[in-house]
Amino acid sequence: MWAFIHKLGSPKWFYRISAKLQPWFWVAAAGLIVTGSLWGLAFAPADYQQGNSFRILYVHVPAAFLAQSIFVSMAIAGLVYMVWKIKVADMAAAVMAPLGAAMTFISLFSGAVWGVPTWGTWWMWDARLTSMLILLFLYLGVIALRGAFTSRDSASRAASVLAMVGVINIPIIKYSVDWWYTLHQPATFTITSRPAMPTEMWLPLLLMVLGFYSFFIALTLMRTRSEILRRESNKRWVRELVEEKQ
Amino acid sequence: MQVSDTAPVASAGVALGEPGGNLMVAITATLKRDLTLMLRRRGEMLNPLVFFALVITLFPIGISPDPELLALIAPGLLWVAALLAALLSLDSLFRSDYDDGSLEQLLLAPQPLAALSLAKVAVHWLLTGLPLALMAPVLGIMLALPAGSYLILALSLALGTASLSLIGAIGAALTVGLAKGGVLLSLLVLPLYIPVLIFGTGAVQAAVFGDGVTAHLAILGALLAGALIFAPWAIAASLRISING
Amino acid sequence: MSLRLHARKLACERDDRWLFQGLDLEVRGGEIVRIEGPNGSGKTTLLKILSGQLAEYEGELFWNDTPMRQAREHFLANLLYLGHAPGVKAGLTPLENLKWYQALSGETGNETARFAALESVGLAGFEDLPAGQLSAGQQRRVALARLELTPRALWVLDEPFTAIDRDGVAALEARLVAHARAGGSVVVTTHHELAASTALRRIQLGQGDNLAGI
Repeated sequence: MWAFIHKLGSPKWFYRISAKLQPWFWVAAAGLIVTGSLWGLAFAPADYQQGNSFRILYVHVPAAFLAQSIFVSMAIAGLVYMVWKIKVADMAAAVMAPLGAAMTFISLFSGAVWGVPTWGTWWMWDARLTSMLILLFLYLGVIALRGAFTSRDSASRAASVLAMVGVINIPIIKYSVDWWYTLHQPATFTITSRPAMPTEMWLPLLLMVLGFYSFFIALTLMRTRSEILRRESNKRWVRELVEEKQ
Repeated sequence: MQVSDTAPVASAGVALGEPGGNLMVAITATLKRDLTLMLRRRGEMLNPLVFFALVITLFPIGISPDPELLALIAPGLLWVAALLAALLSLDSLFRSDYDDGSLEQLLLAPQPLAALSLAKVAVHWLLTGLPLALMAPVLGIMLALPAGSYLILALSLALGTASLSLIGAIGAALTVGLAKGGVLLSLLVLPLYIPVLIFGTGAVQAAVFGDGVTAHLAILGALLAGALIFAPWAIAASLRISING
Repeated sequence: MSLRLHARKLACERDDRWLFQGLDLEVRGGEIVRIEGPNGSGKTTLLKILSGQLAEYEGELFWNDTPMRQAREHFLANLLYLGHAPGVKAGLTPLENLKWYQALSGETGNETARFAALESVGLAGFEDLPAGQLSAGQQRRVALARLELTPRALWVLDEPFTAIDRDGVAALEARLVAHARAGGSVVVTTHHELAASTALRRIQLGQGDNLAGI
């Protein structure tokens, strides 16, 4: 087990293995997202209340799922880096942060667009949207902190600590915002919590969620690989690799 | 053992010591040291309080002097302004220690760093959070805050600012090695302040409406307990990172 | 009980640059070890590793044959480190500064000892002045007073001679030798040439082994 973890921790090994894994996730992502969006946008029945505007859920929900999962993955990667000093974990955490921030932004933006037909306004201080906005700030904090250090080692460790502190706080923030919202706006219509959705509506959603996750994994692998090359550019194996390609 | 004549002080043989020593001695000395330092710079100590009063003055001017309207938003205003005032003084929490090298020495003390940093945070709360909480009722009067909620306002602020100091100290520790850490510190810390803000204003609003406030205060207490358990470790880890930045 | 700090194959990488690699080093009781090397060769970093501040290094570090990570508490109880910055609070008097340092090791100490320590570094009469009003050299002397006040076996001193006048330098150098003679040890970086002594050893950093790559 230990040997395996440290082997996985070697950038060189990770670079090789991720090259093999990466195409599968790209294929899965493309397949799932194309099928899911065609099904969801063209074939799933329109909502009895919201008509066709509900279809934005096929982007909004996967993006929101991913936004939260990426923060958790980032914190786990940070923990792995801090405890076992595995550099690849930190490289992954570094590339995940902007991706997570982008997903959070997408979910916020799609939520706002969705707000126009449902609430008649671009922004409501809805519990979920508010939590998402705070999550976006948390992401921006991690990214800014990483960028503020001149020493990359210190930047990595600081960002790891902040991600871990953030991940402990996310559930607390989420519950307190939910509580705050119910206090101020009792029983209004929230976008995503709704009575049981018919199968032909949630199946494409499931495909989209899985597709977004595959996309995230593929993109993280790809970007971690280039981060490895960038950070290890003076290591012998990278130089040999470059010479081979030339 | 032979000792050189030129030695300024003749030392006996050097023996290895055992770890030990009284942790309480170290903690009380750190408390006392920080208190002394802060009390010698009273002007700096007053700044957050003046800031608090100033921000509160801005709202009636910016919104409306109508007491009914002000009373409605007073709990939130008071809490947000107090939170910002507490934030203002955070950057200096570790900075002077970092600049003059005593932070390094603190890290090398044969005592747990988490406990020592907790002492520093306690002083920060004692000299910012607590005064802010005591001052808030006065500003509450100026915002026409309904009677009967003043005690809860002070109490919720006293409880809440303790959590704010603890959480904020993590950010201060992370940014102490950076030349321009101030704005970044706010960016890191403010999102984490939101739960405290929600239950803090919640308590005051409940008091205004005459609802029970125990639940709110209990949650504020729970948040504080959580912060007390986790924050010192995060502060210690962050300081170790910053000292080598 | 004798003192032994030794490192095997110590290497430190900061941001993909090897400051030093494969460094073997041993510090025993009665020795003064001077770390030498040009600017940027990692002297301060090495001192930070040897004083247990920096845990990010490769290789092994032992305190009395116990790995440092396990012996940390015992090690810190025997270490006195003085860094680039003197660690003297400008808002406190020299006496108050020393009092806090004593308390950090968990001792209340006594006022007479603190007066004596300040006197030994030539600060008699300055005990109750805010340290901010002292000169840089005097502030450094306040820090050096800790050498007298807190008996620790291992001294790790980063450029201790900075800002000190000639008499002070001579006294400090004599103090280092006396500490070594008494069985303690000193690890020091300095640009000041130390007088040759039987206790003195030199370790050179930055001699071509800072190549990148494995």
